[in-house]
Amino acid sequence: MRVGVITFPGTLDDRDAARAVNLGGAEAVSLWHADADLKAVDAVILPGGFSYGDYLRCGAISRFAPVMKLVIEAAGKGMPVLGICNGFQVLCESHLLPGALTRNSDLHFLCRDQEIEIINSETAWTSSYKKGEKIVIPLKNGEGSFQCDDNTLAMLEGEGRVIARYVGENPNGSRNLIAGITNERGNVVGLMPHPEHAIDELTGPTAQGLGFFTSILNAMVK
Amino acid sequence: MAKIVVDVMLKPEILDPQGNAVASALPRLGFNFAKSVRQGKRFEIEIEGEPTTAQLAEIEKAAETLLSNPVIENFVVRVEK
Repeated sequence: MRVGVITFPGTLDDRDAARAVNLGGAEAVSLWHADADLKAVDAVILPGGFSYGDYLRCGAISRFAPVMKLVIEAAGKGMPVLGICNGFQVLCESHLLPGALTRNSDLHFLCRDQEIEIINSETAWTSSYKKGEKIVIPLKNGEGSFQCDDNTLAMLEGEGRVIARYVGENPNGSRNLIAGITNERGNVVGLMPHPEHAIDELTGPTAQGLGFFTSILNAMVK
Repeated sequence: MAKIVVDVMLKPEILDPQGNAVASALPRLGFNFAKSVRQGKRFEIEIEGEPTTAQLAEIEKAAETLLSNPVIENFVVRVEK
């Protein structure tokens, strides 16, 4: 199974995401933002970083990169897509996911190990977890506050589309402690914290992020 | 040449931490007039000649597509005299 990892100008976490894909048991394939070519991958990861310097709004310019047109088309046909941090922001700007990520409520850039609870373990990217499982993975961003209107929030909660919530104090002002959401079909997932930085105990606080990268293998077997 | 101004503001219901930080910095400098502060973005776009209706419609579309995110922001387009 081939999982594409997109690099935009300013992406930081593409190497870690590729390493996580390989450790999870799939083959990581590098994709370049300016190439309208998905290289026949079975799934795509939009990694974290500061694509296009976060100019205008985080993810606002990346959304119009040539590769994103193909990602949006493929996601519509059911291809699994995971956006982490800046990737989540790109997915929201692309309207593949509802809502938006805004400045952390206390204005501070946060970098810490964060406990989250897996709320929906039935998406393409969370099936290796159990519903209610708590994991610790790094959270590092300045614009991680998930915002949407009341109707969208009710829809996300009502349809079980919140996939993960922060445990304990709200780190960034996200509505309903939302750390990650999915689309209606469960193939597109956006997540603010970074599972790709927690895939082995040598380099991460835990290895509990690896489940996102093994889940995708289950999705393909189905 | 004409100048088109696009003002983009966070919707009233969206938390504006930057505006709040400015609001709390003002009294520290002795400025005590502000009840609240909201911070936005301003785009100044120059075009050749006077804008046509079609051009203004195009700028509206660009404002909606790229310059603002309608999920969290409102925008106003005006021609500056």
